[in-house]
Amino acid sequence: MTPTRKKRLYLIAAMVAGVAVATGLALKAFNENLMFFFSPSEVATGEAPEGERFRLGGMVVDGSVQRDPDSLAVTFGLTDYDEAVTVSYTGILPDLFREGQGIVAHGKLNGDGVFVADEVLAKHDENYMPPEVADMMEQRKAKGAQ
Amino acid sequence: MIAELGHFAVILALLLAVVQGVVPLVGSLRGYVNWTAVARPAATGQFVFLAIAFAALAHAFLTDQFSVAYVAQNSNSALPLAYKFAAIWGAHEGSLLLWVLILAGWTVAVAAFSRNLPEIMVARVISVMGLISIGFLSFILFTSNPFDRLMRAPAEGRDLNPLLQDPGLVIHPPLLYMGYVGLSVAFAFALAALAGGRLDSTWARWSRPWTTVAWMFLTLGISLGSWWAYNELGWGGWWFWDPVENASLMPWLVATGLMHSLAVTEKRGTFRSWTVLLAILAFSLSLLGTFLVRSGVLTSVHAFATDPTRGLYILAFLIVVVGGSLALYAWRSPTIASGTRFGFLSRESLLLGNNLLLLAITAAVLLGTLYPLFYDAMGMGKLSVGFPWFNAMFLLFAPPLGVLMGIGPITRWQHDDAQSLWRRLRLACGIAVLAFLAFALYHHSVDGLKVALGMGLAVWIAATTVVSLRSRVRAGTGLAGKWRILRRQSRSYYGMLVAHLGIAVFAVGVAAVSIWGEERDVRLGPGDEVQVGGYTFLFREVAKVDGPNYRSDMATVTVLNDGTPIATLNPEKRRYNASGQVMTESGVDVGFTRDLYVALGEPLGDGSWSVRIYDKPFVRWIWGGSILMALGGLLAVSDRRYRVARYKAKAEQALHGKPA
Repeated sequence: MTPTRKKRLYLIAAMVAGVAVATGLALKAFNENLMFFFSPSEVATGEAPEGERFRLGGMVVDGSVQRDPDSLAVTFGLTDYDEAVTVSYTGILPDLFREGQGIVAHGKLNGDGVFVADEVLAKHDENYMPPEVADMMEQRKAKGAQ
Repeated sequence: MIAELGHFAVILALLLAVVQGVVPLVGSLRGYVNWTAVARPAATGQFVFLAIAFAALAHAFLTDQFSVAYVAQNSNSALPLAYKFAAIWGAHEGSLLLWVLILAGWTVAVAAFSRNLPEIMVARVISVMGLISIGFLSFILFTSNPFDRLMRAPAEGRDLNPLLQDPGLVIHPPLLYMGYVGLSVAFAFALAALAGGRLDSTWARWSRPWTTVAWMFLTLGISLGSWWAYNELGWGGWWFWDPVENASLMPWLVATGLMHSLAVTEKRGTFRSWTVLLAILAFSLSLLGTFLVRSGVLTSVHAFATDPTRGLYILAFLIVVVGGSLALYAWRSPTIASGTRFGFLSRESLLLGNNLLLLAITAAVLLGTLYPLFYDAMGMGKLSVGFPWFNAMFLLFAPPLGVLMGIGPITRWQHDDAQSLWRRLRLACGIAVLAFLAFALYHHSVDGLKVALGMGLAVWIAATTVVSLRSRVRAGTGLAGKWRILRRQSRSYYGMLVAHLGIAVFAVGVAAVSIWGEERDVRLGPGDEVQVGGYTFLFREVAKVDGPNYRSDMATVTVLNDGTPIATLNPEKRRYNASGQVMTESGVDVGFTRDLYVALGEPLGDGSWSVRIYDKPFVRWIWGGSILMALGGLLAVSDRRYRVARYKAKAEQALHGKPA
């Protein structure tokens, strides 16, 4: 093998190794950033992980929204009409957040079973239901019919 | 009556599209000259009928014909006139009509500006575009007719989605579609060249300006969308890795790769197969973008349609287009000659690196966008990919791209010497590293390193631009001599420099806004004040204001710098009368080095509001950089070599000459 060929071989080997490492790291990061969706019932049965970020969806329970008078802290209940989970959030709620509306929250469960949200999503449409919540409600209806 | 005329015009356009798609293609394969001659008139005819259809729909909107279902769903008599017109592409059906109208427009442009090209090639290109048009027009007629009437016309329309009532929306979709559809030209050129078995530098020269123009529109469309989201969503962010944004970013990334790969194919005759595949991929991703946004599979404000037959149709169409073009490629690829060899260190290899990195980012974005859909379709549950992943991928691949961007234009074609290259670049490299170290030491944190990386790369790109210019003027003697050389450089060279500088400006904006900004969500009552980013924001009052089709709570916020008022902002919370929807209109004081941004949250009783206040340093540079990139594209296509006819003889010879 000529020296130039040898050099080229090393370079190519280094590049292949680099690509492999990059792919591995990328896929690892990908797995860590996947956020799963859970319903209040699944949280109640303990299917949702504690201390890990996930998406929680449901309807805001009527009369459950309580604001702190001095800050932007707010708590409310989120339900799939079987179970309810208390959600706490600090910040500005989206324009269409209101009682009875379907929403999705991102955050973690704390030790007391309260879902601490860092993001609350509601879409800009009166008739809109987050698709996850709509599916959840449909499945529940199908179960009830059986 | 006029709506029915529009419907009829679409049917006629479809018939002409069939003629345009089939007759010239068969003619070009069989050598019937009078069949290939059909291409141009058929394309013009299709455009005329689609323009009539579009005008009919515009008429229905402007005259409030709520008996047309699409108008009733997306307009309202109180809607301001400009938004009535923009509402044409405010939802699924009308935006598809705009899509095909733009496709027909591009086809007519190809027909008009291709007088220098061999007839047979033009016929094939126009045919391919006709075939694409057939797909979209039948989609409109069978699943999404914007001219459908309602049995009983409502007295009032349901109004345009308030989110879309913004000057940004009036031009964002048309610009984006110009880009999406423009990539069909590069695609059509690639297929036509494949069909003829002549993939050479003349083919690359023909498709280059078209690709650049499409890329330019795509750049402007995407950055306008980003600007719109910043103003209209009230979150103060400029990019959310929303699937809809990703859908437009992917074709842009591949189109960027395609522009560079076409340059290599034109100049050196290499990368031919690669270029063809990129052209196919870029247009396929445009179609995928249309599919993702228009079929309703995404959970996003852009997903207007929820009819599954539409999604299935586009999916089938996508499979036919991608599968068909790849099959053609597989069949013809043995005829593609391999180009000249190039060394390990050469401009070719650096541009190959650029392409691979762009594709790596595209793959990462594609995975993050489609994986949740697959996961759901497999019935495994619902998940989403968090934006930190997208950011991490961008951070992984964009910096090496920036480094290559500096080296590439200075490296010689075919082979360059590492030592001499280092001599040319060491000063620029030193300055960039110094900038990086300065920012890294100043911030002394992990986030600070990201900023240092962005700033270092911006300095690197700017410094290498100077190196490139200096190496060109070296031959000139005296200032006058150097000036003469500068004037002799081609516009496409300057276009490249300007576009690269645009990336540098963009990098400064992204880096600065990611860490130097300050954000506060606070509770404010009349007379309260808060300090953000060294400015004092005085919340004066909230007043009720009536708009043309909404009622609004408008706050008055005075911004003070050292006690002197510098701006008065009027953020609003609007409630639209027809739909009852609530919208946030942010109040922004625009500046060259910083934006001051105030958005109203919600009333908290006792007259106080939750208020979002941001100091956004250099955020304008993000869009300014994009405009520079587009400007670079404009300079490149205005290069005189695209306007002169002297290549015609060469091209004819290449096409009809003896097989090599």
